[in-house]
Formats: sequence, structure tokens, C-alpha cells
Amino acid sequence: MPPIVELRNVSKFFGSVLALRDLNFDVETGEVHCLLGDNGAGKSTLIKVLAGVHVISKGEYVIDGTPVCISSPRSALDRGIATVYQDLAMVPLLSITRNFFLGRELTKGRGLFSRFDVAKANEIVVGQLSGMGIDIRDPSQTVGTLSGGERQCLAIARAVYFGARVLILDEPTSALGVHQASIVLKYIVQARKRGLGVIFISHNINHAFAVGDRFTLLNRGTSKGTYRRGDISRDQVLHVMAGGESLETIDEDG
Amino acid sequence: MGMPNESIETSIAPKGVGSDSARSERLSILAKLLRRPELGALSGVILVYIIFYCLAGSSGMFTLRGMTEILQVSAEIGILATTASLLMIAGEFDLSMGSMIGFAGVIIGLGSTVYHLPLYLAIVLALVICAAIGALNGWLTVRTGVPSFIVTLASMLILRGEAISDTRAINGYTQISNITEGDPDSSAISLFGGNAAQSLFSWMAHHHWIDANQAGDPSVAGIPASILWWVALTAVATWVLMRTRFGNWIFAVGGDKTSAINVGVPVDRVKIVLFMLTAMSAVLFAAIQIMQVGSADTLRGTQKEFDAIIAVVIGGTLLTGGYGSPIGAFLGALIYGTVQMGIVYTRSDADRFKVFLGVMVLLAVLFNNYIRRRATQAR
Repeated sequence: MPPIVELRNVSKFFGSVLALRDLNFDVETGEVHCLLGDNGAGKSTLIKVLAGVHVISKGEYVIDGTPVCISSPRSALDRGIATVYQDLAMVPLLSITRNFFLGRELTKGRGLFSRFDVAKANEIVVGQLSGMGIDIRDPSQTVGTLSGGERQCLAIARAVYFGARVLILDEPTSALGVHQASIVLKYIVQARKRGLGVIFISHNINHAFAVGDRFTLLNRGTSKGTYRRGDISRDQVLHVMAGGESLETIDEDG
Repeated sequence: MGMPNESIETSIAPKGVGSDSARSERLSILAKLLRRPELGALSGVILVYIIFYCLAGSSGMFTLRGMTEILQVSAEIGILATTASLLMIAGEFDLSMGSMIGFAGVIIGLGSTVYHLPLYLAIVLALVICAAIGALNGWLTVRTGVPSFIVTLASMLILRGEAISDTRAINGYTQISNITEGDPDSSAISLFGGNAAQSLFSWMAHHHWIDANQAGDPSVAGIPASILWWVALTAVATWVLMRTRFGNWIFAVGGDKTSAINVGVPVDRVKIVLFMLTAMSAVLFAAIQIMQVGSADTLRGTQKEFDAIIAVVIGGTLLTGGYGSPIGAFLGALIYGTVQMGIVYTRSDADRFKVFLGVMVLLAVLFNNYIRRRATQAR
């Protein structure tokens, strides 16, 4: 079975600046693929390419073995590739329900009278969130009143509810306490069990190693290789993530 | 690394969950009310009516005729404020609305008098042309990234200048009179400038239920069409904003543009459509004025864009977007009309109404900032 999503020899230029070079990357069903790298390694660009925010300059974007043209976030979403952004793509002044269904509003009625089914939407949101162990008092309260962990879970619940096949999580645990982070990690494991492909970006090696099946290391826009869990040690990963060689040099000098 | 995080965690552990749910239940009704953007404007309306009742209670302001006049003034501002509120919730301004009124009046006026178009055709022509200009305003704003404040400031000047010089070139004057004479039987005249429920009003006058003159005719012929347009527009705008997909997009576009783009909302299209709507509401304004008085003036609508913004701001819409309501704008326009007309009945200098409005605007903004802080604060 081909991977759900695959990038083949993908490059991305911004003007003359090379952000990604000849990159190969894929995620299969039911796996968590961790993307690791220092700041500026190209993780954000890679995510945005996968999410359809940036269009690739060279190479192929392949879904289920077929090359496709992903030209907008919408077209990625329509193919089941959902991104949970660091800034969560939530509008703080909008209610929980309105955020949950933003861009994919649940409507009833037809034509001119097609309207947002608020009652049913509220019901779904409360159900989805309580399934994740989050009790919200009132789905019409604004997202601005939620804690960081609650917002993260809301964003993930939204993606899963809308039939995501691939979940791209951009540092979902970085701003959370241990308890809330573990809830999010549990949810990632659940998503994997359901057969979703998860692309997990994290600076926290403990979180990455807790759930990751494969690890791809990025450095300056190129891939430094993809490793299965067990083929690479925590220290090796940490080493690359911390900037690798430069630290070694400092050690030798010292 | 677990230890320090754990200590942080205990300090941010669930707050008050289940401990006092009954209390939070009761509080939430008040909290829900406080979240409504119309609350400030509603308090404003009540305040304004209490003040004028004390100052001018017996002056004729609260007669049928006096109230109809107030509502007519409010309706004109309100028609513009409705679409302006939607645009402002989406985070943009349209300063060209006032000039668009003059420009639309010129199209309808010249279309009817010089080119002998039927009134309906002239109005439709004005709608199409002005909607296209509105779309251009929107397109320039989203494509160039120049703030809509500047883009529409430019079109405000361009449209006013064009309206005046074109009219002078074609017509000789900057005013166009006898517009309805070429098509005197058109139902457009009563649709935009007429009065509804006339027979009901005279029936009520004959039974002395409402004010009547000595001949027994009502002091007001009926409900002016402009008021009905105002109410209908507000109702439709509210429905669109609160109950449709497009309404959700309007909130999102103004609340957080990047997030909206990321979840697939067609941000540019939403804004362009809203610019078209503000332009079309200016055409409606022009059509109503022309059908009421039968003439157009190239200076019509001067500064109406600010009146609309004042009504929208008093109505609780945030200047930065993402929060607001057409019902609030409705109430804001009502406050505007009431203060402008009411001040006359108090026999003080009529220009004082601007002092009053200035204070109202300031209070409204301060109140709204407070509400927004409450709405976005993490608990």
C-alpha cells in the first residue's frame, strides 16, 4: 500500500531563497512520523507545503500513489490533510462552535435558505470534546476564554471530526503542562490506532519519542535521513536537534 | 525534566470545575448578556429617550409625526450602517459610501432625464455600476494590501469629483430635477419613496386612534418606505451574519485573517462581496431620496460615510473587526436620528447634537473595549 502522502524530490524557493531542497518525505496509515530539526531547518515550510499554504516549486506531491496538484489549504483539506497550526487557526473572538465549524459550516436548508445549524453544531462540539475528556461549560463561549490545552484539543478534535486522514501537528505540546500534554499525546496515539497518519513536529524529545514510529531530521532545508524507532537513539536525535556538529566543536575547543 | 513542569501543572490545574456549577450557571446568563455587542447601544437608546423625555416630553417630539420624522432620519443612516457594520466586522472601512450616494443619484437622475430610461432600469444600472466600483474598492484593498481606509478615501474623492463634473458637463447644472416625470407611473416611486399601510393609517385616524388633522386625515400618511427598507435590511443582515456560512466567514475574516485563510475561508472574496454590498446600500439610499423628493444633487450624501461609521461604532462593532452586529448598528442609527431631531425640540442650538454624539461615540468605544477584554480573557 502506498503512503497516504508523499513528497518526492520537493524543492521550495522564495524568490532566490531555497527553503527546501530535494526533499523526500512520506507518512503511512497508522503511523506517527516525527519531524525534528532546529529553528530555520525548514520544518515550517515543509508543513506549509503539505498543508497547501505554499505551492511546491519543484518535485511531486503524491497522495495514495497518485501525483496531485495542491494549490490551496482548501484543496489539501478536501483530500483529508488537516493541519493543526501552532497558532491553532482559531479566531479568539468567535465561539467554540463557530471555530469548530469554521470553513466547513454545518448547514440545513437549501439555496437561499441554507443556514448554519447552530443547535446541532453545538451538540456535536460538546460530544466531540467530552470524548476527549474536556468538559466545556458553554459551546457558545469564545475560544479566547479557553486554556492552551483546551484550544489544542479543540483543534485536533476538529481535524479528526472532519475526516482527516493525515494530521499535521505543529508543536502541539510545546505550550502545555505535563498533564495537558499527556492528554494531547494520548489523543495522538488514539488517532494512530484509528489509522490516521500523524506528522508530529516537536522540540520536546520526550514527547516525540513517546509516540513516534519514524523520525525525519531536517537541517537547512534538506533531509538528514529518516529513521525507524529503534534504529536511532534518543541521544543521536538530541544531538542533531541541538545543532550537532557545532556543539561538538565547542566541546573540542573547550 | 518532569519535575519543574509538574509544579507548573499543579498551579494551572482545573479551576473551579464542578465546585460551584450552580453559581456559574446563574452567572452565565448575565455573562451571555454582557457578551452581546448590542448591549451598549441598547442602554444608549434607553438613556437617550429618558433624557429627551425629560427635556422635550411635551414639545411634540413624541407625537406620531415627530417619531416618524426621527425614524426617517434614523432609517437613512441605518441603511448605510447595516452594510457598513458587516464590512467593519470583516475588518474594513468604506469611506466612499457618501460619494457613492451622489454618484448613484447622478446615474439614476441622468439615466432618467437625459437618456429617458425607465426608473427601474436607471436604478438597476446604478446598482450594477456601483457594485462594480465597490468590487474594485475591495479588489484593490485585498490585492495591494493598502488599507481600505486609504483606498476608499481615494474613491471618495474620485466619485464625488466625477459626479459633479460629469453632471455639469451633461446637464449644465450640478443638480438634476424632475427625475420622476419621465416615468411618473412607475411603482419604483412608491417602492422607494412612498408610504406603506396608508389605508390602515387613515382608518386609525378616523377612529381617533392616531393623531389626525381637522379633516380627519392622519398626521402621517403611512409608514415611510425608507423605514421598512431599514428594518428589512437589518433583519436580513442579522440573519446572514448569525445564521449562515457567509456570516461565520465575515466574523472570521475580521477576527483573525490568517486563521481564516488556514481553514479555507475565501477571505478575499468575502471582503470584495462586502464592499459591493456597502456600495449597493448607497444606491438604495440615493434611490429613496430621489423618489421622495424627485431630484438629485451631486453633493448628496456628503459625510454620510462618517454618520454610518458613527452609528456602527455606537452599535458596538469593533473598529478592528471580528465583533459586532447589525442590530447594534440599527440601534446606533436610532440614537443618531433621535439625537439629531430631538435636539431641535429642546430649543437648544441644533448643532449641539454633534457634541452629544461625540460623547456617545467615546463612551461606546470605551464600553466595547471593556466587553472585548472580558470576552477574550482566559478564565
